[in-house]
Amino acid sequence: MDDLLADFLTETNESLAELDVALVKLERAPDDDDTLALIFRLVHTIKGTCGFLGLPRLEHVAHAAENVLGRVRDKLLPVTPEIVTVILAALDRIKEIVEGLATSGTEIQGDDSALVEALDAASNGRTPAPASATLAPIVSAPIVSAPVVVAPVVVAAAPPPPAPVVAAAPPPVEAPPPPAAALPKQVPEIQPESAAGPQTIRVGVDVLEDLMTLVSELVLTRNQLLQLARMQEARNGEPSGFTVPLQRLSHITSDLQEGVMKTRMQPIGHAWQKLPRLVRDLARDVGKKIELVMRGAETELDRQVLELIKDPLTHMVRNSGDHGLEKAEIRRAAGKPETGRITLNAYHEGGHIIIEIADDGAGLPADRIRAKVLSKGLATEAELAGMNDNEIQRFIFRAGFSTAAEVTAVSGRGVGMDVVKTNIEKIGGTIDLKSVPGRGTTFTIKIPLTLAIVSALIVEAAGERFAIPQLSVVELVRARLEAGSEEDTSPMVEHIHGTPVLRLRDRLLPLVNLGDLLALPPTAGSDRSAHVVVVQVGVTQLGIIVDRVFDTEEIVVKPVAPILRHITMFSGNTILGDGSVIMILDPNGIARATGATSAASADRKGERDASEGHALAAGSSSRTAMLLFRAGGQDPKAVPLGLVARLEDLARDRIEFSAGQPVTQYRGKLMPLVPLSGAIDPAAERHAVLVFSDSSGTQERSMGLVVDEIVDVVEDHLHIELSGDRPGLLGTAVIAGKATDVIDIGHWLTMAAHDWFRRSDNASGTAGQQRLLIVEDSDFFRQLLVPTLAAAGYHVTAAREASEALRLREAGVMFDAIVSDIEMPGIDGPALVRQIRAAGPWAQLPVIALTSHASPEHIEAGRAAGFTDYVTKFEREALLASLKQCLAVAARPAHGPTFAHAA
Amino acid sequence: MTTTLLERPSLPGPAEAGDGDATFVTLTVADQLCGIPVLGVRDVLGEQTITRIPLASPEIAGSLNLRGRIVTAIDLRRRLSLPAPPDGAERMSVVVELAGELYALLVDQVSEVMTLQTNSFEQNPPTLPPQWSEFSAGIYRLQGRLLVVLDVGRLLSIGPLLRGRA
Repeated sequence: MDDLLADFLTETNESLAELDVALVKLERAPDDDDTLALIFRLVHTIKGTCGFLGLPRLEHVAHAAENVLGRVRDKLLPVTPEIVTVILAALDRIKEIVEGLATSGTEIQGDDSALVEALDAASNGRTPAPASATLAPIVSAPIVSAPVVVAPVVVAAAPPPPAPVVAAAPPPVEAPPPPAAALPKQVPEIQPESAAGPQTIRVGVDVLEDLMTLVSELVLTRNQLLQLARMQEARNGEPSGFTVPLQRLSHITSDLQEGVMKTRMQPIGHAWQKLPRLVRDLARDVGKKIELVMRGAETELDRQVLELIKDPLTHMVRNSGDHGLEKAEIRRAAGKPETGRITLNAYHEGGHIIIEIADDGAGLPADRIRAKVLSKGLATEAELAGMNDNEIQRFIFRAGFSTAAEVTAVSGRGVGMDVVKTNIEKIGGTIDLKSVPGRGTTFTIKIPLTLAIVSALIVEAAGERFAIPQLSVVELVRARLEAGSEEDTSPMVEHIHGTPVLRLRDRLLPLVNLGDLLALPPTAGSDRSAHVVVVQVGVTQLGIIVDRVFDTEEIVVKPVAPILRHITMFSGNTILGDGSVIMILDPNGIARATGATSAASADRKGERDASEGHALAAGSSSRTAMLLFRAGGQDPKAVPLGLVARLEDLARDRIEFSAGQPVTQYRGKLMPLVPLSGAIDPAAERHAVLVFSDSSGTQERSMGLVVDEIVDVVEDHLHIELSGDRPGLLGTAVIAGKATDVIDIGHWLTMAAHDWFRRSDNASGTAGQQRLLIVEDSDFFRQLLVPTLAAAGYHVTAAREASEALRLREAGVMFDAIVSDIEMPGIDGPALVRQIRAAGPWAQLPVIALTSHASPEHIEAGRAAGFTDYVTKFEREALLASLKQCLAVAARPAHGPTFAHAA
Repeated sequence: MTTTLLERPSLPGPAEAGDGDATFVTLTVADQLCGIPVLGVRDVLGEQTITRIPLASPEIAGSLNLRGRIVTAIDLRRRLSLPAPPDGAERMSVVVELAGELYALLVDQVSEVMTLQTNSFEQNPPTLPPQWSEFSAGIYRLQGRLLVVLDVGRLLSIGPLLRGRA
């Protein structure tokens, strides 16, 4: 039998069992909207599926029944026994047809016109009196048999060996006589045999979970036994009698473990199998040309998750084809290829599985959705006025909403997206959409990886083992840490101002030392070589330096305990085959922590932000990652995380004093330490240190700010109350619901070294300082930017608004580059850059935009306005890199504009 | 290695010994006798292999494997700002459940299960040092010693998300 058909039969049998119960329940409680909605959805699903399987008879009946239910749901019809009767009659007919399908594989012939007439009559509000005569015998049977019907379907869950079923099946095939009235009596006899389904059985996930736990325990016991046997062997000097059976036990255990794990995993492609055919049929039905592209079909998903997203995915693909894509002639008129494209894409990202369903259609019509929302009373005009298009588009996830102007057999009844959303949220996932008029709509489903199994590379750093998801690992490179013997040709780790990099096939690969990153105390030993795990994060590659690389292992990702979730370096933890617990590294988190996030991954983040409704117009809603800590008192203090280079945990004995000032040996240099509370507590065993470093000059210099305790990293809206009278403090902000002092890094940097900001003058004085203009309305950001950029060796002028900047231009002041905020009162960033580009001496200057919303749309809009580059606020390294690059480009003689100011 | 010394009693045991009486698993931390309500205790374990968790709060000793479940271990000495145990001292854990998650409290020694009478219960004396008063739900007067009832919920309010009482 066709796989599709077999699946359909299994599903439909389940639905029918559920429907019987639900309808009886509805009859008793006609006001139960939930039950009604459930019934409607079940019938809708049956109808929708059989439409694609080419089962016209079934579809016809289901469609008529759905019409009646639709009117009942919309409160146009009351729930009366007559209506329930006629629906039950329709269900029985569906059952008959399904029975026939199960035995013969095709729809049995039959005449449904009387039933459909009765249904249509009911749908139009007429009592199906004329048809009652023919219906009567059907009616009496199903109500009585309803509870009976449930039993055979349950039996189907654990079918007897298939052979006898096949033998038993033929008689009923011949038996059913066409007249409808006679059939129901046959039903109870036919069902037990023909309900035997496909060759699979359904097992509760809890059973699999229990199995999994038991197997884990078995593995542990096996390992203990193996160890005991080894010890005995070592003692006696000869193999014990246990060795051979133990090895066998060991193998069986491994196979069992693998088998149990496998029972839970399936590639997402399984859920996609039906789609190509569905899309082809859909294209034919609606008269469009549709191409289906599927990427990442091998991405493995937990079986349970897969089951739950199957239907939503089908719904969404159908919606994309039916509503999303335009007809060929409209596409041609719009200058697009005639064939519309639906793209499915699945991949793992940051502890989640992302499934994207994208179409290149017309996009969601915000104005039509708005009108519909109003007419359905889902929101008031006033509420809508305050929403942007994206928020309005999201109304399609509300119950009872449909954008299709007319009801088609394909979709458009207002079940669909709300069901999709409910189903996805049930498994802890989220769904969002992004729609660009004329370019298409992308739905993004994000499902937690918590149930997923992944292949992971086990590595060791500073004596601890960690797992890196194999999916993000590109390659492993062995590298020398120091110049060694001549014959060693492996690449060497080099340093740029203390930052390790690796020359890899004519590229420079940024490196990060895992031990340092995780603040692990280095282990003794003179390692002259290291392993570099090259991981892919977005389009960037990053090398993670580890001490050892073990094997790859299949692991079941488990979420970390809530008290550990704030550590973004880990996406979960797991238990290895040997029973030890191991943390799973999140390459995304590592890239973020090291500032190695590329423009591309920032784009993706920006997209997400944008899809979460942070529109450009949202103004001051920028969120800033703040590091919270305590120093000298219980009140929390904060510093923007972007300014902190590293966090260190120094043992007391690592703090030394030089000329009365505390210092520590840090990466081969002396790093001055400044206690924020005024003095270093001699009693404390360990000290938390925020390291600020500055690598823009000839060499890296660092200073450590000693605090009592690092509390947290929070992302919050920052509204800072400035207070100028307290040295070392910028002001106070409410962060994570608490009044928090925000410290002024500039003040503390000069405490460490009076010449912190002047040093770069000397360093680059001969070359001539490059001059920057900062246009930024927020006092807070300006106060942070100026010292940061000054520390990097630039001569910085700050303007608090665009008009002030333009006045400087009128006054003939010249700069090498301009850094401007985007959202400012009065003239905003894009307007300012347009004025700059329009004419005048600044027209050729590089202008870098600072923004909290770096989505591709914004970047595109910004480039169109004339910005040279886009940098996310507080990405200190990114800003410096961008400046360097922009200035380098601008300084090329061909462009030459910067020479104009040389006076 | 997982050694279960005590399983949670499945029978209606001493917990329901008498009206107003309460039953505790008793343990010692730095010579102080403490008690945890027995109904919240899922397991008592001997010395365990614990995986350190980098970047976690210092009170978090790491994770351990309890029959296939990952349990976060909290060092009770560090949580109570007590000095570290002498080197090589074997430590035991009391596994408790909070909001569906298991946590192992690392203690010096787990003693016995005791049913204590309400009339020997006292509120925290106001002079109790802050690190104790924060986590103590009250004191029982026993013969010759005092037993501090540990508030498991507060003990586990570690880290930024749950830190309610700074």
